[in-house]
Amino acid sequence: MNPAALNTELATTSRLLVLIALTVYVVSFLVLAVSLANRAKATKQEQTKAALRIENIGLVLAGFATAIHAVGVLTRGIAANRVPWANMYEFSISGAFVVSFIYLVALFFRDIRFIATFVIGFVVLVIGSANTLFYVQVESLMPALQDYWLVIHVSVAILGTAFFTIAAALAGLLIAKSGKKKSNFLKVFPDTEKLEKLSYQFNVIGFILWTFTLIAGAIWADKAWHRFWGWDTKEVWTFIIWTIYAAYLHATTTRGWEGKKAAWLTLIGFSAVIFNFTIVNLFFKGLHVYSGL
Amino acid sequence: MASSQQSKYKVRKEYNEPIEAPDLTVKSWLRWIWKQLTSMKIALFLLLLLAAAAIPGSIYPQRSADPNGVALYFKNNPELAKFLDTLQLFDVYASSWFSAIYLLLFISLIGCLLPRIAVHYKALRELPPAPPTNLSRLPVYKKVNKETNSLQSAFEYLKSNKYKTVVSSDPKTEEILEIRAEKGYLRETGNLVFHISLVGVLISVALGGALSFNGQRVLVEGDTFVNNRAAYDSFTPGLLFTENELAPFSMRLDQFSITYDYINPANYAKPLDFRANVTTSVKGKQSQQLIRVNEPIGLPNAKVYLTGNGFAPEIVVRDIQGNITFSGPVVFLPQDGNMTSLGVIKVPDAPKQFGMMAFFYPTVGKLATGALTSTHPYPFDPVMTVNVYVGDLGLDKGMNSNVYELDTHSLKQIAGGKSGTKALKLVPGETVDLPQGLGTIELKSIKRFASLDITYNPLDIWVLITVVITFFGLILMLLIPRRRIWIRKTAEGAEIGALAKSRDESLERIVKEIAQTMKKSK
Ligand code: HEM
Repeated sequence: MNPAALNTELATTSRLLVLIALTVYVVSFLVLAVSLANRAKATKQEQTKAALRIENIGLVLAGFATAIHAVGVLTRGIAANRVPWANMYEFSISGAFVVSFIYLVALFFRDIRFIATFVIGFVVLVIGSANTLFYVQVESLMPALQDYWLVIHVSVAILGTAFFTIAAALAGLLIAKSGKKKSNFLKVFPDTEKLEKLSYQFNVIGFILWTFTLIAGAIWADKAWHRFWGWDTKEVWTFIIWTIYAAYLHATTTRGWEGKKAAWLTLIGFSAVIFNFTIVNLFFKGLHVYSGL
Repeated sequence: MASSQQSKYKVRKEYNEPIEAPDLTVKSWLRWIWKQLTSMKIALFLLLLLAAAAIPGSIYPQRSADPNGVALYFKNNPELAKFLDTLQLFDVYASSWFSAIYLLLFISLIGCLLPRIAVHYKALRELPPAPPTNLSRLPVYKKVNKETNSLQSAFEYLKSNKYKTVVSSDPKTEEILEIRAEKGYLRETGNLVFHISLVGVLISVALGGALSFNGQRVLVEGDTFVNNRAAYDSFTPGLLFTENELAPFSMRLDQFSITYDYINPANYAKPLDFRANVTTSVKGKQSQQLIRVNEPIGLPNAKVYLTGNGFAPEIVVRDIQGNITFSGPVVFLPQDGNMTSLGVIKVPDAPKQFGMMAFFYPTVGKLATGALTSTHPYPFDPVMTVNVYVGDLGLDKGMNSNVYELDTHSLKQIAGGKSGTKALKLVPGETVDLPQGLGTIELKSIKRFASLDITYNPLDIWVLITVVITFFGLILMLLIPRRRIWIRKTAEGAEIGALAKSRDESLERIVKEIAQTMKKSK
């Protein structure tokens, strides 16, 4: 096998593109936040309309940012001569891209414009921390990662995480809405029933993708680590997350958990997802340490 | 299970029913426990408990995954470690409490499944049930006005959309008066398939684990491994493993090679590829195969994985007369990223027992302190240095001594270190004298070794099959909606009522669509 040449100049360009995307995301976030605030304050129909127009601008900006982000992720992959998700910096920028991309695509199927501020805010947070905390120069893959399962397993994990993220944003809103205080701000969002339905749908897709990630991980582990399951820390947390969401599905479909209770379970599940990605990657010991830091 | 038609439509009401406290007979206690265990409330609780119980295994080192970590924990916190060990916190996933949770969960699951299988089997053969008297009470309800013979088109619509339908017609005019339709039986089928195959996964994992084995073997270039238990350096059998599972085959390591990256400054000298070329022989048939990381090879009842590698310098020791007292490649264990390696040579049969501790530097360099080091993992400029010790090696006592270790406590160092004599230094092909007339040592050549993991799990294919079935069951049960639709002719036209047996966002749209079809066909 001949080593592939890494293109460090292109990697620098990629980083620059991601930072430009970040800037546009930040502007989009601010515009969306202003629109949200205006809607909350609006007393007349025209005011609401004006706020919605501002929201459109915010979403278009988010679209631009996502496009630039896409090029940034793509060039990172070309620079490294492989898929751009082999260390934590790369997981983060690819993951953030998928979150905003899935969100924007979902807008065509479901009316979930009202969480735009939160989703884009999350994306800003992820790219921001990727750049400041996780950045590493492009490197070739270590032999343990040279496998097509890297493409399958990790991409589906990222996709599943994106769905869980959107579901969690909806669940968070649901909890805020079902509180005692009826603030003007919260009136902007749909009722809790609608939020619950939407959150459930994103969780279901997320769960299917997560199940696939778990199975694909086990198949890969059989090749790379000589057993399909060995309770490695990352395997443990993937299992924990899976079990929490399975409990969520049972709670909502067979126990009739609704509203707040189900939403809390969603948030617990999502905290486990974030924990798995950050704390487990950075501080826990195990075979699965590919943060590159 | 469901006593009246009505209760069947509600989502599994039976799991919500309060469970009465038992009276005092043993039988009713057992029944009470069984009812509790198979209630959804307990299942949900056990599921969440399982998630929580898995957490400590990621916090404390586990014997199965990280035995060194456990040993270290014992060394650093002996008291605490002992306490944690009594709670089985170093063996979480084999602990009695973790096993209890998942076994209870699976008993609960089976208890849930059996009645549901029966109910679903019946439902599959039954026709859709009669509508409730008052359709307008259903979650989705729509009136269609001034229609004539439109129930026919609704019937065709439902048929072409694969609903199971029953119609009742006026015996004289043959006009359709009522339609009952149901769709989405695959949802429940998927659900049952999912849960049943989950039990299948558990069984094949457990049984497969018991029948499996896992062994390690270090193989030097040119050496042959013949599959039998004594040929393994370490061997861990499952509970039900028997030795005749070891199939006859042999495997010679012909060559081991590594590709380094010399192109990219960012990974300069990082290994990119490890290749073990082997010749395997199965029932007299020889073939050449390549083992790489991520690419094990399959042999009868065995999969062979590449897990590590290093250098095995070929060393010959002779006594004063020139008789060979030791000869062969010695496995040196790598100590750092540049493959500085440490090896031990024990010479028991010489007139005077002695041992040597040798360092191998693939590309030798010098630190500021004057100590040698390796500056590159590839043998560009290989050097071996040797410290020599005399004394009782403990080999005659039949002690099972570690070939990678030399216990120097009771030995006297006569070369290297503070012994006053410099450590011996050799390059390949060189022979030097040992001190105190012990003879000579020759570094003949540099070979490499590969560490191989050899494992076998006769049921791993069944784990895969059951897991894949589980996944398909999951997709069916989550994505297919189950719904019932009734249409009835009324004085004003017709009315449509519909009920979802699961979360179903499109039911309203579908009822609208049916209403549309009925209108169009006027
Ligand atoms: C090993 C543990 C279990 C796992 C991982 C598991 C997983 C799941 C999942 C993911 C669903 C999908 C939920 C949905 O349809 O939206 C489900 C549904 C269901 N499970 Fe389980 N389950 C387990 C144990 C049990 C047990 C012990 C019971 C019975 C006491 C049970 C009864 C059900 C029922 C009745 C449904 C159908 C819900 C519906 O579609 O209406 N499960 N299960």
